Formats: sequence, C-alpha cells, structure tokens
Amino acid sequence: MTGLRGVLILGIPVAVILAFWLLARWERRHNHDPQTPSFVARNGWPVAVFLVVAVSFWALVMVVLPQLYMVDFSFHLKLPPSQRGGPRDVYTLENYQYFLFGSTRSTANWNVTHITAFWLTIVVSMCITVLNFLICYPLAYFMAQVGSGSQVRKLMLLLIIPYWVNELLRAFAFNILFGTSGVLNVILVKAGVIGSPIDFIGQDVALYSGLTYAYLLVMMFPLYNALESLDHNQIEAARDLGAPWWHVHLNVVMPFAKPGIASGCTLVFMLCAGALAAPLVLGGPKTLWFTPIVYDRFYQAFNWNQGSAYAIVLLLTCILFVMMVMRVFRVSLSEITR
Amino acid sequence: MSADVELDDVSVRFGPFLAVDRASLKIAGGEFFSILGPSGCGKTTLLRTISGFLQPSQGRVRIGGKDMAGLGANKRPTALIFQNLALFPLMTVADNIGYGLRVRRVPRAERRRRVEALLQLVALPDQGDKLVSELSGGQKQRVAIARALAVEPQVLLLDEPLSALDLRLRQHMRSELRAIQKRVGITFIYITHDQGEALTMSDRIAVMNSGVIEQVGPGRAVYDDPATAFVASFVGENNRFEGTVVETRDGHAVVETSVGRLAGRRRNGLAVGDRALVFVRPEALRVVSDGRPAPISCELSSSAFEGNATHLFARTHQGEPIVVTLSRRDDAGAMTPGEKLALDYAAHDGLVLPVGGHD
Repeated sequence: MTGLRGVLILGIPVAVILAFWLLARWERRHNHDPQTPSFVARNGWPVAVFLVVAVSFWALVMVVLPQLYMVDFSFHLKLPPSQRGGPRDVYTLENYQYFLFGSTRSTANWNVTHITAFWLTIVVSMCITVLNFLICYPLAYFMAQVGSGSQVRKLMLLLIIPYWVNELLRAFAFNILFGTSGVLNVILVKAGVIGSPIDFIGQDVALYSGLTYAYLLVMMFPLYNALESLDHNQIEAARDLGAPWWHVHLNVVMPFAKPGIASGCTLVFMLCAGALAAPLVLGGPKTLWFTPIVYDRFYQAFNWNQGSAYAIVLLLTCILFVMMVMRVFRVSLSEITR
Repeated sequence: MSADVELDDVSVRFGPFLAVDRASLKIAGGEFFSILGPSGCGKTTLLRTISGFLQPSQGRVRIGGKDMAGLGANKRPTALIFQNLALFPLMTVADNIGYGLRVRRVPRAERRRRVEALLQLVALPDQGDKLVSELSGGQKQRVAIARALAVEPQVLLLDEPLSALDLRLRQHMRSELRAIQKRVGITFIYITHDQGEALTMSDRIAVMNSGVIEQVGPGRAVYDDPATAFVASFVGENNRFEGTVVETRDGHAVVETSVGRLAGRRRNGLAVGDRALVFVRPEALRVVSDGRPAPISCELSSSAFEGNATHLFARTHQGEPIVVTLSRRDDAGAMTPGEKLALDYAAHDGLVLPVGGHD
C-alpha cells in the first residue's frame, strides 16, 4: 500500500513535467516560426529553468499533491498509527457511505441531517450568488459606464475599506448588528416599527446577509472589469435604434459582460459554499451549513478520513454544478479567465 | 419618408462652457446637409442634441415640425451613425442590422426579408451570417449605414463616419453615401472636419466655429463667398493679408497691407479706416512674367508638382507665406527657389472681410 502511495507521490510530478515537456516539443515542431527565438534563447537558460521549477513546484506541491493526498485519505479508514499500512488499511468507500446513510454498516436510513445541510448549502449559495449579482450589477454598471472619475474613486474606496477588517471580525460585527438585543433590533423597537425583537440569527437572516456581504467584492471586480471595457457608444447606438433600457442591458451589455458575470458568479458560489467563518459565527442554533459539519468531522470526530470524503463531495458537486451552469449559459473556461 | 429639421436658437452649455451658441438652422426634408468645422467647434454636440442624447440648455429642436423637447434618443425619428460605428461585436451582420427591428418586435421572417433588402442596398449581399470582426473597414461602414436605415428613420445623422478609412476608400464611400441618400430620399445630416467631404457630398453646408454657425449655404457659395474671415481661411486654401481700408467704391475696397495695396470685393459695412483682411485663393493668383506692374512681389521658397497642378510656396519681403496654384496649362515649367515672382489677380477674385472675432 505504501508502495503504491509512494509511486503516486513521486511518479505524478515526474509524469506531469514530462507531459509539459512533450507538449512544448510538439508545439515547437508543428508551429514554430524560425524567425522568433525560443523562450530559452530569449531569456537564457537560468530564467527558463527557474520558471519551470518554480511553477511546477507551486502547482504540484502546493496545489495538486495536498488535494491528491486528501482524495487518497478519503478512501481509507480511520486507524491508529500503529495499524497504518497494515492488513486492515484497505481502500474502502465507507466514508462516503457514512455521508449518505449515517452508518458504516446499514444502508437502511438516509443520513438526512447531513444531506439536507449539503443541499441547503448548495441552494442557499446559489441564491446568494444571484442576490450578489443583482446588487453588484447596477453598481458596477454605474461605476464603469455612468459615474465620473471622482465618483468612481470614492465608491471604490467605500467598497474596499470595509474589507480591511478581517472576515471573522466582520462576522462578529454582523452578529452584534443582528442579535436579539443588537443594534438593528434596538433601533426598530425604539422606533416602534416592531413590538418585540426579531430573532434575525435564528431566522438565518444574519447568516445570509453576512455571506452576501462577505463576497460582494468578489462579484464586483470581475463585473466592473468586464463592463468597463464596453464601448459606451454601443449602449447609445442601441438606445438610438429605439431600445428601452432593459433591452439594452439584456441584449447588448450583459452578453458583452458575460465572461465577467460568469467568473464573478462562479467565484461567489464556490466561496459561499465553502465559507466557514460566517456560518460558524452567524448560523442560528437550527442552521446546519455544510462546512461546519466538515470541520466537525476533522476536529470533533477526529476522523480526517471522513472529513476528507465530505470535503471532496462538496468540492466535486460545486465543480460539477458550476460546469453545468457554464454549459447552460454557453461560457467557456477560457472566457472566464480572460 | 423624410422630415425637415429645424433648430431654433439652440444653445448647449456644459457647466460654464458654451458648446453651442444660439444655433439656428432650417434643414429641408431630403437634403444632404453637412456641418463643417474644426474639432472642438461644437458640431458633434449639435448632432447629439438633434439625436436626443443631449437636451439643449435653451432653444428648440423640431423634426418634421414636431417639438422634440423631452424626447430621448430612442423616441426620435432619427438614427445616428457613430464615428467608431459602434457595431455590436457579438452579433452577426444580420443581427446588427436587424437590432432596431427586433426592438420593434418585427416578426422574424419579415425581419430577415428587410435585412436582406438592406444588405442589397449597401452592396453586401449574402454577408449576413458573418461576424462584424470578419469584415473590412469599408464593409463595417456599410453595415453601420444599413443598421441605421433599418429603423426607417426620417433623418440620418452621421458623425464623421468616414474618418477611420484610408483615402481611396473614403473617396469611394463619399459617392456611395451620396448615392444611398438619393435612393432612400431621407434627410442626411453629416458632420465633418474635412471640407472635401462636405463640398463633394452636400446640398448645403453650415460652417461652425467655437459653437457658432458662421455661414450656411451651398458649397460653391461658401467657397466663393465666405461670410467671415474664419470661413474664408477654413474652407479651402486661402492667402490672407491684413491691413486698413483706404478706399471704397461700389462693392469693392482697397486695403493697404504689408505687401502693398490690394483690392477686392467688399462686404457691406466696411468703411475707410477699418481694419480688414484681404483673401485671395491660390488658384486666383497669376505669375506676371512680362514685367507689367504687379500688386504682390515675393520670392519662391519651394514648389510642388502634383500632375494636374503645381503649387508654388513663396514668401513676401515681410516674410508672409503665399501659396500659388497653377493649373497645368499655366505652368511655365520648373522654377528655381529664390526666384523673384510678381503676382497678380483679378480684383473680383479678391475678397475683403472685416477682422473676425473668433479667428
């Protein structure tokens, strides 16, 4: 078993480097222009070697390997160190089975708590993404196409400065804002709008507001970037041809900004589904967000193998979901990264 | 259907800056009308005011007799062709042209038929499925024209749409535009800083400077009879001499200038003792070679042979530049720089104008 793991850990990096090298050779052979010198000739071999080593180190050691390790982990049982690599250390689906059925032995009952939390997380993240888009689009449009230079700079500052406060502190601030004896309730009661305080936290209002607010900028910047490169004359041309404002947005502005919308939405969705601080601090007693459950697998149940399985389920579902949505809206991956 | 456009005392103000200063114009239905002026003279502002992107700070815009106050660009019977064309890059040629029809909820089949007819009109048949980025500059131009014509505007507004094209294509598109205007028969209002464009295409021209319309008239009238010193120097090449009026008689005046006494037709209101400018077109000047007395003497600095004409660049003794254009027939052959020249012109080819305010 350790033998296989060792081969994986050492072999994959070598295979990846080899693949890249072959790809480069192939490309040079097929569409190499003899006039332009190769990358190595232009920059010298020390730069080339450094870049290749640094990039592959970063990609493999920092990104790929830990994830692969987690995948490997999720297919093993939790064992005391003495038994690792022993006869009981076999590949198994028990961790995934536990997520679905709440037991490693029977498959009679579904693990309703965890599955509900999982889908709730996905659906709510989706709603928050849509909400975030609805908030950010008009603002980004204003900043990119309408506002004057000084207005845009002021708005930008107002948007950025709150994010100097760290995430946890911001979550606690929302807790204070929305608490039963919090700022909002005090004001509403004093103003006579409501008779008794509303349990914003118990109703998850605090959590959803906190999550929406937390990823506002992540939506804002891709949108702003995309909208900013739109030639204002195109908007005026559409207006001039008789289009009402909603028609201009739906058929001229949004199609143009689609890559920005897509990258903003995928980022917000992924971050939201994987958020930990806000659900921990702002989640009501009845709320079950999926990430705290994953966290509990690691640090309450001390079952890293199970935790890995849970995390991978979340990751894969999110990736699949995002790819599906991209397919529906006909956005390619290369557009998002533009 | 074409409509007349009437500007009644229109001013447009941006903060303290007066972009258009009390402009009044009457443009007849079906006319090809150009607004000519240097960049920053307010001509684009005027166009945007007609199209509805700007509301005048003062005065009225009437199209087909109807007051346009408070109507936005999407509610006016005008269509604008932008300087950079502003075609929608993600749509096909047909979708670009059909956009205005789609906005008006024209059924798909009808839309396709009309787009096809427009593609014929602008000589781009069967190009409807291409993307805009696959077209050449001249083709994009045609798509922009077709897109604007698709909504059947009564007035087509053009904001220097030819400025991005190379010279040959530009000249070709001039006659093309003129032909399209004749065919569709609607009012064209064409903005340009290129006097050649304005003169070749237009029925009438308005010359604008610093927000003020200085003269309105057919091309010939503007060229032959400029109303102000600015128009005289902006429209076509011109030699100008400054001086004081010393003599006036029935429609003519004599001005004492730095090069000597020069005569020319006089605008009303100039009297002896007034400061005045004498304008003489390069093609009105003749080289006097038989020793007769001539009003202007100068020294040749260089000459440029252009085939059908030769330009002589000379300086007077006071150092003022003079341009003479000789037609092939009058061209006496090569001349050497430094040669002394005596220049003459017919008195009715000179024009005496008061020293202009904005010039």
